[in-house]
Amino acid sequence: MADTGTITAPQKYNEETLIEELGYDDHFHDHHHGDKYQSSFIFHYIFSMDHKMIARQFLITGMFWAVIGGLMSLVFRLQLGFPEESMAWLKPILGGWITVNEAGIGTLAPEFYYALVTMHGTIIVFFVLTAGLSGTFSNLLIPLQLGARDMASPFLNMLSYWFFFSAGVVMFLSLFLSTGPFSGGWTAYPPLSALPQASTGSGAGMTMWSFSMVLFVVSVLLGGINYITTVLNLRTKGMSLWRMPLTIWAFFVTAIIGLLSFPVLVSGILLLILDRELGTSFYLSEIFIGGSALDHVGGSPILYQHLFWFLGHPEVYIIILPAMGIVSEVLSVHARKPIFGYKAMVYSILAIAFLSFIVWAHHMFMSGVNPFISNFFVIFTLIIAVPSAVKVFNWIATLFGGNIRFTAACLFGIGFVSMFISGGLTGIFLGNSAIDVQLHDTYFVVAHFHIVMGIAAFFGMYAGVYHWFPKMYGRLMNETLGRIHFWGTLVGAYAIFWPMHYIGMAGVPRRYYSFDNFQAFAHFDMINKFITVAAIIVFALQVLFLINFFYSIWNGKKLTTKNPWKASTLEWTTPINPGHGNWPGRIPTVQRWPYDYGKGGNDYISQITPEQEWEREYDEAH
Amino acid sequence: MAEINIEHNETEEQQGTDWSGGNEPFKASYGKLMMWYFLLSDAFTFAGFLIAYGALRFSNANWPEPDFVFRTAPFTTNDNLPLIFVTFMSFLLIISSVTMVRGVQEGHRNNISGTAFWMLLTIIGGLGFLSCQAWEWNNLINVEGMTALTNPFSRHDQSGTYASESDLLEAGFVKKTAVVADVDDDEKSQYPPATYFLPPNTEDIAVNRYFVKRNHHQLHAGDHGDASHGDGDHHGTNMAGETFDAGDPYLITYDGATQAYELGAFKYNNAGSDDGYRGYKNEAFGPKAFGGLFFFITGFHGFHVFSGVAFLTVIMINVMSGLYLKANNGHEMVEKIGLYWHFVDLVWVFVFLAFYLL
Repeated sequence: MADTGTITAPQKYNEETLIEELGYDDHFHDHHHGDKYQSSFIFHYIFSMDHKMIARQFLITGMFWAVIGGLMSLVFRLQLGFPEESMAWLKPILGGWITVNEAGIGTLAPEFYYALVTMHGTIIVFFVLTAGLSGTFSNLLIPLQLGARDMASPFLNMLSYWFFFSAGVVMFLSLFLSTGPFSGGWTAYPPLSALPQASTGSGAGMTMWSFSMVLFVVSVLLGGINYITTVLNLRTKGMSLWRMPLTIWAFFVTAIIGLLSFPVLVSGILLLILDRELGTSFYLSEIFIGGSALDHVGGSPILYQHLFWFLGHPEVYIIILPAMGIVSEVLSVHARKPIFGYKAMVYSILAIAFLSFIVWAHHMFMSGVNPFISNFFVIFTLIIAVPSAVKVFNWIATLFGGNIRFTAACLFGIGFVSMFISGGLTGIFLGNSAIDVQLHDTYFVVAHFHIVMGIAAFFGMYAGVYHWFPKMYGRLMNETLGRIHFWGTLVGAYAIFWPMHYIGMAGVPRRYYSFDNFQAFAHFDMINKFITVAAIIVFALQVLFLINFFYSIWNGKKLTTKNPWKASTLEWTTPINPGHGNWPGRIPTVQRWPYDYGKGGNDYISQITPEQEWEREYDEAH
Repeated sequence: MAEINIEHNETEEQQGTDWSGGNEPFKASYGKLMMWYFLLSDAFTFAGFLIAYGALRFSNANWPEPDFVFRTAPFTTNDNLPLIFVTFMSFLLIISSVTMVRGVQEGHRNNISGTAFWMLLTIIGGLGFLSCQAWEWNNLINVEGMTALTNPFSRHDQSGTYASESDLLEAGFVKKTAVVADVDDDEKSQYPPATYFLPPNTEDIAVNRYFVKRNHHQLHAGDHGDASHGDGDHHGTNMAGETFDAGDPYLITYDGATQAYELGAFKYNNAGSDDGYRGYKNEAFGPKAFGGLFFFITGFHGFHVFSGVAFLTVIMINVMSGLYLKANNGHEMVEKIGLYWHFVDLVWVFVFLAFYLL
């Protein structure tokens, strides 16, 4: 430990005093007395322009969709695990989608099975892991951790939520169509998506799907433009880019990726809508239905796949980068150690973001892409492993030798690292076009992406919720329930997806309604049953989380201190229940980077604490 | 208080580079930044469309020749004015960017009447462009017979003309007439025999019958006293026995290099014609996607111009009301809509390149 000299130890500083003395006055409260947007119930809770309220709106809407998406997966898992069992008991909920025969045996309609798979994917990828994750934490943390009063444009921020909400309404209504929601897979490849007569879900279901997605993209763009601008323009004094917490780096880069990739999805979907509604031939060529030729000539279905995956691949990083940022922050705080390799973390985020734009065709190795072009995409896909490995190494190094507090947030952070390693390694298999010939569209792929961007992103989200719940609601969640939630989910998630690797390597294709006609797959019966049971248990554990969450909003243990985790970042210098504008008086200025944990024997040093003389000696010595 | 070391030494970062926080690193307000990022995302939308255009275009062996497609102009019967009209349109739009620059400049000077005047000129330029586009669309749809679903501009020879009747006769085609098929007896009088052409030394069966495409001027030739095209050509049947109306784009194209006449785009005839013809036929109309791409991409751009005109109008009214003078930021709103307007111009350059020049 370095000599602290005659200088007063930093922890003796009083935060209020620091903000008062070192902060600056932006005259915010002179202009916002009796803010009308906070005064009534409607403008406080519904059409709120406060980023903290919008964050909570995103989170709870995301939870709603997670429950719907999760329940859907249970229904199709029941079909896969227990195809011979009667589903008549689901008739009251699923109605016409269950046909009950004279013997009272209920069967799930195959069309509805496909609709369930499609909706499960769409909902979880876009509504839960994009809006629910990035929408929640970008909104909550960007202004709080940067020392801003709010987003650059609170109004656009509000619109962003309501476009997301509208997208959800349209998608939700499509579930109740008599022909069912869209059922051609979440990627919506033509011709299934382009020809209304192609399948039951391709009619009104697909129309609503595409409309909903366009609304959703508007929401993402409004949000993303706001996040980027806020990060660039609204940082408080002293908050240089290299002093931003890794969460902010992650949200910032995520917003940039979204800004550049989602518009291309809109291009793709608009052309698809024209093919559907006007009968143009962008994606369709020489199609025969019922023996007669359609009018479409000269289009290319591969073109849609390129446009879709130009978004689709960056989309997986839009999902995983915020989780990475959250985990970096949470692990550092709960291990009481500075994040290992801060700059390497930032550069690897940037490298991943860049590479994410030039690997999209690795989803299309089996679509008839030129094998020489595949080589290009194989190489860059495998290169992504490098920055990903840098991040994994840094997380482990952060934990190594730390004084780890095994809180639920920290456990989920560690679980994230575990999931990311397991799922990332199988990504290297799939990134090779030669191996992909065998594994494409099998359960191996399902296992890979569920672990690496489904479960891992959920773990990042849970880490964030447990960690920042006190900031959102001024109360703590129940730790014991949180730990049960973690261990059950960790074991359960591996129980669901680990066996899928094996049946995938054995060639079992994904998206099949039934394997009755495939003698070769008959002996996977037991594995499928096992997976289904595990899925039910894991879902039950998420219900436990929801109970914990909502119970704690009103009845959780009240915070007695502003900074329950003893973290150094700015959001913990705001009052327990920060009002509009976040800081009641002056805005704090930032004096140091965000990860001064355990420095010179101090548990943590807040970002608002000025650098002391002993630190200079200390820094030289270390 | 005294224990706090207020006079902490400022590090390099606090001494305030542009990026050290508490200021605007690009010296631009958040609103201007948002406009830039919106335009960036919009650029990617257009890029998606133009890349789709490129992908479809270069996967088709044939593509209409712009010099031939865009060869007409209003107020003249001369139909050999390649790209003249679209050049005028583009000029209008580019000039409106210049007037926009002047508007922004006057805005910085807080000159209300000057700003409003130059914005008005910009609006007029935008409206002029939209009017031209409306004429062009109308001409393509109602006269040339191009829609989002059909493309009458199949491949043609280098000089940009379709084979005319005399070309065909010179090349040895035989001119014939036939009674229109599939018409009830009492309606026969309304459907005089159709004229068609047989390639040299071929059997007179439906699949060998070629009909000349009629364009606007030929269609109404009778009105102008030109007797060379009779009414008999206004209805007929194509090779597969389907009826068609005058102006329907059944064409014969002439390849200058091989000196061969060819027909593009065929459909599969499932039922079989009177001649028992069943199977694929050649493409009659060139790639269908041409019409869809043209109308969609120029339409999407036109929608941007239209939105721009709407916003310009609102902002011009606000300028005149003195609203931005009060904000005292050099009429930044004018500058923001100016950014958008220049972007729309820039996009047009690429659309123009893709559809009219390449």
